[in-house]
Amino acid sequence: MSAVVVEDLWYVYPGCSDPVLKGVNLRISRGELVAVVGENGAGKTTLAKHFIGLLKPQRGRVEVFGLDVSKSSVHQLARYVGFAFQSPDHQLFSETVQREVEFAPRNLGLPPSEVSRRVEEALAKLGLTGFRDRSPLMLSSGERRRVALASVISHGPSLLVLDEPTVGQDASQKRELASLLRSFTEEGGTAVVITHDMEFVADYVPRAVVMSRGVVVADGPAEEVLVDDRTLKAASLRPPASVELVKALVNRGLILRFSLYRSMAKLASELAEGLMH
Amino acid sequence: MALVASLAASAIILRGRLEPTLALTVASLLLVASTGQVRQWLKTLRGLALLAALILAVNWVTVGPVFAASMVLLLLLLVASFSSFFLTTSPDDLSLALVKLKLPYELALELSMAIRFVPTLAREAQLIVDAQRARGLDLETGVVKRIKNTVPILVPLVVSAVRRSYRVAEAMESRCFGASKTRTWLFDLRMRRADYAALMASTGLLVYSILLACL
Repeated sequence: MSAVVVEDLWYVYPGCSDPVLKGVNLRISRGELVAVVGENGAGKTTLAKHFIGLLKPQRGRVEVFGLDVSKSSVHQLARYVGFAFQSPDHQLFSETVQREVEFAPRNLGLPPSEVSRRVEEALAKLGLTGFRDRSPLMLSSGERRRVALASVISHGPSLLVLDEPTVGQDASQKRELASLLRSFTEEGGTAVVITHDMEFVADYVPRAVVMSRGVVVADGPAEEVLVDDRTLKAASLRPPASVELVKALVNRGLILRFSLYRSMAKLASELAEGLMH
Repeated sequence: MALVASLAASAIILRGRLEPTLALTVASLLLVASTGQVRQWLKTLRGLALLAALILAVNWVTVGPVFAASMVLLLLLLVASFSSFFLTTSPDDLSLALVKLKLPYELALELSMAIRFVPTLAREAQLIVDAQRARGLDLETGVVKRIKNTVPILVPLVVSAVRRSYRVAEAMESRCFGASKTRTWLFDLRMRRADYAALMASTGLLVYSILLACL
């Protein structure tokens, strides 16, 4: 069973005349780490909100782990889906970090021993064990983001949806986020990251889905999608800096392969070889 | 503004008397119709239905059907007149008017900013509701539970409102807010003939109602 199936999804916000989603098709398998990229207004967040049932399809079908989203409540889907919103401040309200992270599993009615176990795990994964008795509202922005993230994984979802998780994060925080996502998917979870941070996708994400003006215009391994600069430009996106550099080097005959180099060291060694000949 | 105040005041003075209240209510509804935004206003009425029913029930039982009916009409009148005021007056015009009436600028600004941020807060509340629902917060079943469950909505909302107020204050100060006692205004409000007429009509209505009540 796929994690997420989206078939011909259309959605118009009430009061608007133009549909935001115009027939989106997407299939995500379990264990995948996928980035949904696109310009502002392309429909990425609108699409993602369907995964947890906050929005219901107006035309078409969305299924999450076999559950039909139009027939399920947010409650039912929240059991399997963890959704981290763009601004952590829209979620934090508890007196302590511990209580904040306990919120979701307690809402789902999990037994107390299970709740404390999961909370410990979540705090450990996000490096927040020392923060457990502090007020979430008094922490720095990076720490608040980690608390918000811990509080959406503590109920043990199988699908994690993160909306712009890299905003305002420094390089080491992004690295930690990436390693969290990687271990999450290695343990069988599925993760979808909505972002327009192309560098993050280039460095860490295996599969990229490009959205533009309400439809999916590209979907495949990041190696292929991120070097397709024509499609990216049509979607008002710039390829990651490394891709543009590689293109320039290929044009000068300095390296042969026009592809996505995830490792700058590799690029450098190929370049060095090319220069020596 | 004066029209609204006098309509409201007259209605309160004359409460309990069905015919005058009915007449005033009709007048207030006409006022709403004149704003040209009737459909929007009708939407806000939906939220009032419960309160109106409660007022009707309590007054019917304690005093009598006629009084109860006139109380409901009073509610309708108050809502209609205040709505027509808020639907037609922009917060900027309001603060301008208050300053013209010699109210200190800071106070006038407080009022108009409070009004101006209501839609922002409403939008944020919706975002917060979505975020908390995504963590399993149940906002559908049971009245008591729903009241308890407003805490996860209210706390982030209030915190973000307070934070925003600091940010807005800093933004305003960095653009010289409060640097000079005399501020230059883009528009100037003047009393025109229509305004004087409205003022006289309002005063006349108020005086008439007071006389009617005392006789």
